[in-house]
Amino acid sequence: MITEIGHYALVLALVVALGQTIIPLRAAHVGDEKGMTFAKNASMAQFVLVLIAFLALMHAYVTSDFSVENVYQNSHSEKPMIYKIAGVWGNHEGSMILWILMLAFLGALVGLFGGNLPPSLQARVLGIQALIGACFLAFSLFTSNPFLRMDPVPVNGTDLNPLLQDPGLAFHPPFLYLGYVGMSVAFSFSVAALLEGKVDPAWARWVRPWTLLAWSSLTLGIAMGSWWAYYELGWGGYWFWDPVENASLMPWLAGTALLHSAIVVEKRNTLKLWTILMAITAFSTSLLGTFVVRSGVLTSVHSFANDPDRGVLLLAICIVLTGGAFVLYAWRGQAMKAGGTFQTVSRESALILNNLLLSVILFIVLIGTFWPTIAELMTGERITVGPPYYNILTIPLMMLLAAVMAYGILLPWKRGDMKTVSGRLKWAGGLTVIFTIVAFYLSGFRNILAVVGCLIAFWIMLSTLTDIALRMKLFQIPFKTSLNRAAGFPRAFWGGSLAHFGIGVCILGMVGTSLWMTEEQTIMKPGDVIDVADYQLRMERIEILNIANYETEMATFSLIRNGTVVSIVQPERRWYPVAQQQTVEAAIQPRWTSDVYVAIGEPRGENNEARIVRAYYHPLVMYLWSGSLLMAFGGIVSLTDRRYRVGAPKPKQASPKPESPTAAPDAMPAE
Amino acid sequence: MKRLFVLTLVACFSISTAFAIDPEEVLDDPVMEERAREISKGLRCIVCKNQSIDESDAMLAKDLRILVRERVAAGDTNEEVTDYVVDRYGEFVLLRPRLSPKNLVLWISPIFMLIIGAGLAVYFLRLQKQPEVKVAPLSADEKKEIDRLTGES
Repeated sequence: MITEIGHYALVLALVVALGQTIIPLRAAHVGDEKGMTFAKNASMAQFVLVLIAFLALMHAYVTSDFSVENVYQNSHSEKPMIYKIAGVWGNHEGSMILWILMLAFLGALVGLFGGNLPPSLQARVLGIQALIGACFLAFSLFTSNPFLRMDPVPVNGTDLNPLLQDPGLAFHPPFLYLGYVGMSVAFSFSVAALLEGKVDPAWARWVRPWTLLAWSSLTLGIAMGSWWAYYELGWGGYWFWDPVENASLMPWLAGTALLHSAIVVEKRNTLKLWTILMAITAFSTSLLGTFVVRSGVLTSVHSFANDPDRGVLLLAICIVLTGGAFVLYAWRGQAMKAGGTFQTVSRESALILNNLLLSVILFIVLIGTFWPTIAELMTGERITVGPPYYNILTIPLMMLLAAVMAYGILLPWKRGDMKTVSGRLKWAGGLTVIFTIVAFYLSGFRNILAVVGCLIAFWIMLSTLTDIALRMKLFQIPFKTSLNRAAGFPRAFWGGSLAHFGIGVCILGMVGTSLWMTEEQTIMKPGDVIDVADYQLRMERIEILNIANYETEMATFSLIRNGTVVSIVQPERRWYPVAQQQTVEAAIQPRWTSDVYVAIGEPRGENNEARIVRAYYHPLVMYLWSGSLLMAFGGIVSLTDRRYRVGAPKPKQASPKPESPTAAPDAMPAE
Repeated sequence: MKRLFVLTLVACFSISTAFAIDPEEVLDDPVMEERAREISKGLRCIVCKNQSIDESDAMLAKDLRILVRERVAAGDTNEEVTDYVVDRYGEFVLLRPRLSPKNLVLWISPIFMLIIGAGLAVYFLRLQKQPEVKVAPLSADEKKEIDRLTGES
């Protein structure tokens, strides 16, 4: 019964979404105020209906109602509760519902908190948001309906893929989806602005918080995904340039570019066309990812849904939404007039360079992902575009991006000069060289890429700190006054600095894991000892345990340093009988400076307790995750900036007293 | 969506665990072994998705690893080993596509994009640039006034 209510609610949501598309868009066009207010109420109704549908599906999973085909295919009565819940979005149909739920939720937020938007803009934004919703609701109902019943009712389910029964993987899709879907708001705002024919700093101020939310969430989602790959796949890698990973990286790159160019629109009233283009691109790449992953068009991806009907329909949705937006862009784009002017050496220029580099990196990821398909269509020959391609092309651009960033954050708006900025960066530059030399003195020289990576990482971190120190006037005025100044910096500044610093930390982590890693693989039996970097690893025992819905072979190792046992690590190999699958659970001893990573494999040799053992010493992995967290946290801090909390600008009202009058150009309201 | 990536991997890992190189495969000569691993990292495990044979535990990857080691031990250079494998399995095994006419677009277009983008950016910057207005530096009195207004002393 509850399942039917959910099904019904989903149908109603589609009807509401269609109404919410047609009525407000027409109303905004002819200036009918009633029609425009309809959008607000409809957005909330749509959210409530989709929420009912989602909860109904979750109910079916929690109660293990195997008469629902989707539950039967993806759940099992003995599965731990947490994975029953995660199972809701652990499959194509259910994840579509989560996708739609987030879309409706963001739409409702725009309806609820968008009171200070011009009514016609709000109506158009909600109309476009509902159009996206209607497309996906129809897609869900007609091709991927999770509420279908089956008869006869099976006794038990076929279990969720064991690889997904893992906290890292169970909870990263919601973050990724919020990231993808969050870009839809910037998209809707852009299309609405094109329809309105007007983009101004206020528009950018409305768009930025949504983009920040989406970006932070996407950052977390990608980081959690690669963290999962790191500990679950058993060889210590964390990024593979797999098409599905690329699908999440593309909107991230476009979103990063959008965040930066929206600042220019907000502060300087220029780069409008470009910003709209980036907003459309960010959501288009999200849609493209959705299409690619679910349609099976990429031969290298084992897809969610290989059903050609779904693929065709998804492609149609992609074409209608993105194609429509681009046509509108070409048609109405000229209406946007640039405002503020600036000199060649200025923060604006640095941000343009930032966007240029990010776009080219995005293009590389795009062409690399689709080239095998294109090449196969053209020549009939299958080729592979693997990690070496991406590394060769993107690493130099990323390095350039990092170098530009240091200058960009120190350059003033409108007009700057390189000499002054270089002068300000001399401490950062000097310390970067010293730190790098110290790092290599301690670790030993391995290769040139590691040196360059270290230089870049330290350079980013130190120039970010230089920026903060300069704004605090550290060492120029009494320390206490400096602290007071710092306390008054806008949160957007702190957020940006955190994110920039986080990138430096992340790069350090990448350098550490990929270039300083050491690896041991050998056959061990209980009692054997091997060396892993500065540690000894002693195998103690191996045992078989039965836990919940799996059976595990667990090995116990002592990690020894300087003759004392520092910790016990227990890697496992699990067998999930229902799904007939095996998974590896590596054991990781995380530390601030390095991880020791141990995984066990198959039996080898005469002794039936002997196993293949892989042990890695991964320096600085922690930096990779903490850097990503810093970035996402920076986004959230920026989101709480006063200018968003006090609401969008109201020109007539006296602007609030700036918290820190001389702090920074970013501190200034943009009106 | 990343989940899908998982399903991808399932294809590789459903049979055995994620264990690539078997200690038994390793060559005795560490220099040769290092070279063999270097070569392996550039070769794709054909039955897997976007994984190198160095990382994959599929049977076919294992066979290829052994083949690579045999060729290295027989005295082939890195290029010869790679060519040997490509002759048998096609360019599909190369994780880094060759810079050949049919892949020209793949390699050239990013550089092309960078140049066009840079050109457009320069054009836009020129458009932006306005004759610089000479501004006289603030006098001491003006500075004081600003400090007073901004509440700093």
